[in-house]
Amino acid sequence: MSPRYPKPPEGSWTEHFGLDTGPVSYADSISPSFYERERQAIFRRAWLNVGRVEQLPKAGSYFTKELAVLNTSIVVVRGMDDEIRAFHNVCRHRGNKLVWNESPDEETQGFCRQFTCKYHAWRYGLDGSLTFIQQEDEFFDVDKSQLGLVSMHCEVWEGFVFVCAAREPEWSLREFLGPMITALEGYPFDRLTSRFGYRTEVRANWKLFMDAFAEFYHAPVLHSKQSPDKYAVAAREAGYEAPYYAVEGPHRLVSTSGVRFWEMDPGSLKPMEVMTRGGLFGPWDKADLGELPAGVNPGRCKPWGLDSFQLFPNFVILIWGQGWYLTYHYWPTSYNTHVFEGNVYFLPATNVRERIAQEMSAVTFKEFALQDANTLEATQLMLESGYVEKFPLNDQEVLLRHLHKVVGDWVEQHAGVPA
Amino acid sequence: MPRWPKPAEGSWTEHYPELGTGTVSFHDSVSAEFYELEREAIFKRAWLNVGRIEDLPRKGSYFTKEIHIANASVVVVRGMDDEVRAFHNICRHRGNKLVWNEFPREESQGFCRQFNCKYHGWRYDLEGNCTFVQQEDEFFDLDKADYGLAPVHCEVWNGFVFVNLDREPRQTLREFLGPMITALDEYPFDKMSERYDFEADNNSNWKVFADAFQEYYHVPALHPQQTPIAVRKPGMGVECAHFQIDGPHRMTTTGGARRWNLPPEYQYPVEIATRSGLLGPWDGPTIEPLPAGLNPGGVEPWGISNFQVFPNLEILIYGNWYLVYRYWPTSPSTHHFEAYLAFPPARNVRERVEHECAAVMFKEFALQDAGMLGGTQAALETQVVDGFPLNDQEILVRHFHKAVADWVSA
Amino acid sequence: MSALLPAEFAEFEEYAAHWCLPTETERFERRMASDMDEMGAFYAAFSARLDEAIEFCDKYPLDELPEDVQRLLQLIHSYVMVSMAVEIFHQPKVVDSADAVLRRVKEPRP
Repeated sequence: MSPRYPKPPEGSWTEHFGLDTGPVSYADSISPSFYERERQAIFRRAWLNVGRVEQLPKAGSYFTKELAVLNTSIVVVRGMDDEIRAFHNVCRHRGNKLVWNESPDEETQGFCRQFTCKYHAWRYGLDGSLTFIQQEDEFFDVDKSQLGLVSMHCEVWEGFVFVCAAREPEWSLREFLGPMITALEGYPFDRLTSRFGYRTEVRANWKLFMDAFAEFYHAPVLHSKQSPDKYAVAAREAGYEAPYYAVEGPHRLVSTSGVRFWEMDPGSLKPMEVMTRGGLFGPWDKADLGELPAGVNPGRCKPWGLDSFQLFPNFVILIWGQGWYLTYHYWPTSYNTHVFEGNVYFLPATNVRERIAQEMSAVTFKEFALQDANTLEATQLMLESGYVEKFPLNDQEVLLRHLHKVVGDWVEQHAGVPA
Repeated sequence: MPRWPKPAEGSWTEHYPELGTGTVSFHDSVSAEFYELEREAIFKRAWLNVGRIEDLPRKGSYFTKEIHIANASVVVVRGMDDEVRAFHNICRHRGNKLVWNEFPREESQGFCRQFNCKYHGWRYDLEGNCTFVQQEDEFFDLDKADYGLAPVHCEVWNGFVFVNLDREPRQTLREFLGPMITALDEYPFDKMSERYDFEADNNSNWKVFADAFQEYYHVPALHPQQTPIAVRKPGMGVECAHFQIDGPHRMTTTGGARRWNLPPEYQYPVEIATRSGLLGPWDGPTIEPLPAGLNPGGVEPWGISNFQVFPNLEILIYGNWYLVYRYWPTSPSTHHFEAYLAFPPARNVRERVEHECAAVMFKEFALQDAGMLGGTQAALETQVVDGFPLNDQEILVRHFHKAVADWVSA
Repeated sequence: MSALLPAEFAEFEEYAAHWCLPTETERFERRMASDMDEMGAFYAAFSARLDEAIEFCDKYPLDELPEDVQRLLQLIHSYVMVSMAVEIFHQPKVVDSADAVLRRVKEPRP
C-alpha cells in the first residue's frame, strides 16, 4: 500500500535524518549503571523545565520540586524584585530541609515573605540570602554573607521555568532550545491558564514512556477500545502515518493531520463526545487564539491536528489544532521507574458548556495515558528478562530512534569529562 | 549578655580545645562506607545498653535484643543464681535462631525455665549450658559441654544492663562509663519502676536523630508550642547552664525557675489541672539528697541534667523521674528508636494521671522532632552542602561527631 | 444499654463509648480521627469536673478499681489526650509532625 503522505527524497524520514535503519537495543533502558551515566551526562547538564510562571503569580510565590534524578529538592521562588530564582532546599546551618509543609518528602507551594527553617529558625530572604541567625553571638566567626542558599541556574522562556544543575551551563536556555523550539515564541501560552494536572508513578524507564508518545503507530491498536468499533476497525485497517517529522539538535517533532470528529457520522463517535462536544482532540469548538507563530505546524499540514515537540531530555509540548496545548514530563526516579506528569491547558472557560468540553478532553486524555502506562510496565519487565535484545523500528517510529541516539551520544561524549 | 557564665576561655567549646570551632561535616550520617566502619569500630566494641534490671524481674526472666548494625541478636537472661547473662541467640546445632516468639525477626521477652530450640528440640539452661540433645547417640563424639550458648559479655551498672560484642572488651563497663557517668551511682533508677515505653522506626541516620536531643538551641524554633502563645516571645533563645565532656560521653544541665514556679500563664490549663506536664509531676516523692553527680556544674537553681552515654544512650534526669533514649542504626539512613519514661510507681489515680500527662506531652514534642528529621536526612543526602557551622549551645553535637570519628579512626 | 461510667458521672455517658479507651494507642488514633468540634465539646464538658473525677477514683486503691471506675480513669486519660489538640495545637495532629509515628508499647494498666 503506498503511503498517504509523501516521504522525503531519501525514501524515508529515518534516512532523511541520517539515522541508522537497523534494529535497536534497549540496553539503555534496563541498566542501573547506564542510568547513573545519564544522570551525570544529561540531567546535570541540560536545561530542565520545572514549571510555569503562572505557578508564581506574585512576589513571594514559591513551589518546591523533588528532583530525584538530580538527587536534590529545589525551591523556585519569585523574589520581591520579580526575579525568579531556584535554590537547593537545604538550610546552611545543619542541612535540614528548609521548605516543606505537611511532610518533608512532599512537594508544596505557597506564598511567603521569607523562608524560615523549622529546626533553629534561621531565616533567608526570597533572594536566598541568610538574613537571621537565632542567637548569633553563640557562633564562632560566622559570616552570614557566606551562608546563603545554594542556587541553581534558572531561566524563563515563554513562561516556562527551566533550571540547570551545571556549575556553569554550557548553553544559555535559548541556545539550548534552538530554532525549532524558539520559533514557537508568540504562541499564547500565557493565555491558556486553565490547567488540569495529572501525576503518576510508572514502573518503567523514563525513555520507554517518552517513546510511547513519540509515535502514533500504536494508536489504532492500543487505543482501539476507546472508540466505537466502526471507527476503530477503520483506523486499524488504515494504520497510522504522520505527514511530517522534524529533528533539530537534540529535540524532535511530529505533526499529525487531525481527525475532524465533528464531521463524522455519530456511529463512529462515543455518545459522550457528541453530548459534550469534546474528546481526545479537544473541544470541537475551536478556540480562537489569533494568528499562530510560524513555528507551529511547520510542515504546513492540511488539515492539521497537532504538533508534538519533544524537548530533550524529558519534556514534551504538544500543541493541538483545536486551540489548546498539553505538556508531559518524565522524571526518572530509578533506572526502571519514573514520575509522569501530564498538564492540559485551555483558555479559561467562559461558560459551563465550554468547561464541560474541556473536562471531557482532559478526562479522555487520562484514559489514553493510562493505557499507555499500563502496557509500558509490562514492556519494562520483558525487556529486563534479556531474552530478546534487538528490536526493529519502522519509519513512523523515527523519533524513538532519534531519542535513544541522542541519549547514547550525550552519555558517550561525556564519559571521562570531569564534573 | 549570656545568662549563665561561660568558662574562662570565653565559650564551652573553647574550654575543650580539642573540639575546634570550625564548621563540621555530616558526611558520617549519609555515607554507606562510614556505616560499615561504625559497625566494626563502635557497635562491636563499645558497651551497649540493652535494657534494665527491671526488665528481668525474676529468675528465668529474659528478653532478646536485635542489634542490626552488629548483625547480632542477643538474649539476656536472669539465671537461677540471679546472675544476669547474655548470649548470642543462636542454637549451637545448626545455627537456628533460638529465642523468638511469633516472628523470628521481632524481639521477645518473657520467662522460662530453659531455652528450647524450635528446630530440633535442643535445650539450654539459663546459664547457657546445653542440657539436652535430641537423639544424642546419633551424633559422633558429641560432648554437650562444648556446645553451650556463645556468651556475650554482659555487665550491669546501677540497674542498666550493658553488653559488649567484642571478643574481649578493652575496658570494663565501669572504666568505659568513666567518672562523670559513674558519679550517678547513687541515683535510685530502680525506684522508678512505672514505665511508659515508646518505639519508632525513623527515616534518619541514628546520629542525625540523636543530635536533636543534645542541644536545646532548636526548642524555640521547632517546639514553639511548649510555651503558651500569650507569653511566647519571638526570638526567644535558649542557654544551657553547664556543659561537660568526659571521654566519649557528654552532658548538659539546664537551670532556672521550674516551669511550675512560673506564673500560671506559662503553663497550659491541663498542666495546671493535673499538676504535671512537660517537665513531669510538680509534686511527688522527692529524692533527697540528689547525688552530686547529677549536677556537676553546681547549677542553682538546677533544672534537668541530660547525660549522653556513647554511643547511643541518653539518660535525662528530671529529679524524681527520668527518661532514656536509645538509637539503634538499621541502615545509613534509618534507625530504630526506643524511649521510655520512668516514674516512682503511682500510689493513687492522681499520681497515675500526673504520669499520663507527662508521657502524653513528651510524645507530642517528640513527634515534631521525628517529623522534621526525615527531611533533614533527605536534605543531607543531596550532599549539596557539607561544612556546617555549630554554635556554643551545640557543643555536644560537635563532640558527638568527633567521638564517633575518633573511634572509627582508632 | 447499661451505663459505662459511675452514676455520679452520668452526664458524660454520651462521651463514654467514644473516649473510654484502655490504651494510649487507641486514644491517640481516636484523636486523629476526630474533628475539633467533637473534641472541643468533650473538653469543655469535662473540664469542670476533672478534679472531682480524680478524687472519685481515689476512693479506691489503684489496683482495685471497679470496672466503671477504670472507665472513668480512661475518660480522664482521653481528656488529657484531647487537651493537646484543643489547648496546644488547635488541630488534631501535632503541628509539624509530618508522617512521624511513635508507638507507645508499654504502659501501666489501668
